[in-house]
Amino acid sequence: MTELLVGTKKGLFRLEGDAGNGGFEVTARAFAGQSVEYAMRDPRSGRYLASVTSWFYGPKIWVTDDPAGEWQQAEGIALPEGEEQALERIWVIVPGETDGVLYAGGAPGPLFESRDGGVTWELNRPLWEHPTRSDWSPGAGGLCLHTIAPWPGDPQKLLVAISAVGVWLSDDGGETWRHSNTGIVPEYVPEDARDNPIQHCVHDVRRAPGRPERLFMQFHGGVYRSDDAGATWIDVGEGLPSDFGFPVVVDPADPDSAYVIPLIGAEDRTTPGGTVQVWETRDAGTSWTARGEGLPARDAYLTVLRESFDSHGEGDGLELYFGATSGEVFGSADAGESWTQVADHLPPVYSVRTA
Amino acid sequence: MAQVTLRAPLSELCGGRSHEIEGATVSDVLAALEHAHPSIAGWVLDEQGRIREHVNVFVNGTHGVAETQVGPDDRVQVLPAITGG
Repeated sequence: MTELLVGTKKGLFRLEGDAGNGGFEVTARAFAGQSVEYAMRDPRSGRYLASVTSWFYGPKIWVTDDPAGEWQQAEGIALPEGEEQALERIWVIVPGETDGVLYAGGAPGPLFESRDGGVTWELNRPLWEHPTRSDWSPGAGGLCLHTIAPWPGDPQKLLVAISAVGVWLSDDGGETWRHSNTGIVPEYVPEDARDNPIQHCVHDVRRAPGRPERLFMQFHGGVYRSDDAGATWIDVGEGLPSDFGFPVVVDPADPDSAYVIPLIGAEDRTTPGGTVQVWETRDAGTSWTARGEGLPARDAYLTVLRESFDSHGEGDGLELYFGATSGEVFGSADAGESWTQVADHLPPVYSVRTA
Repeated sequence: MAQVTLRAPLSELCGGRSHEIEGATVSDVLAALEHAHPSIAGWVLDEQGRIREHVNVFVNGTHGVAETQVGPDDRVQVLPAITGG
């Protein structure tokens, strides 16, 4: 039994089922009518956390032990008083490497940390007050901190990514930060303007758990790999039908693996040729293979957003799930070899996370 | 003191629909309401003290803004805007 937490424009849906047998059903719904940008279950505590942006009352993080029951509003999810900006939304919530620690990223670019399992949060001041901040520019989705990648076993090492700023690294638990976009080519700016080191529209980054210095990135234009913990990046997108897309997922058992869902870029942002395909590499990006058996093969112009693709398990038991803004969720129980549609008619999907 | 009327979910967070709140302006009244009921911190006013874009405030039936004057016997209603999608 796999649990899917699907954040949508109209609330959170929990689906439970088995991708191998195709049967998933909605077993809980929460925050009806509100945008749930992200929801996850902390594997250490079993607690659920959801980021919700009420059209009226602003962004909040909520926590519960039962998604069908009562949710508690977390405290501390706000920007410092006395500034110009207010918090716009929370994009992502990720467990840290220390017991009880979680991180949350949002717009306009804040990183929050919780040390009590998500009940209270505190802004990471060093990144928020970074001297370069006045030069940060938003992407189409806003100035969003959307990726947080802890280093397995080392709570001092963190990678975060912000659109359209780029990758940031810390080796001291978030006390200091340095940008790290060497090798990434922002082709959307003129060639003679590309030496600005913080104008990089990173869409998503995933770390290979078994080889933490290995990372894969879906960029605004290009898929990149780093073999040195994000210090430098090399383009590995050759062979894909498009260099644009949002999410990237890895098989935890194979540091040479990555999965992406190419979309026509940059204004269209739909599946190329009306065919839905997930593309897989098992040689660290040297070659890519389309995985589309069971996915819509014609007249299907889907958009899959950056938090809407996730995995469960690993190796031969790797399950993959992604959702579209048109309300479908697809799943594979055989590492992408074949797919079934596990939900048909949800509201626009903003995020999919497995538990 | 002004009579402040809330609807759900604000009324649930504040323990009731009707509240006696003192303040010279809409902004003052909402800040005092938040002070009296910290559970709505961030709901009506953002962290910079601005009324959220899709929250409407009426004073004696007339749409108000942060600077609208509020008298001791005035009625202040806080409502979600007719927006969304």
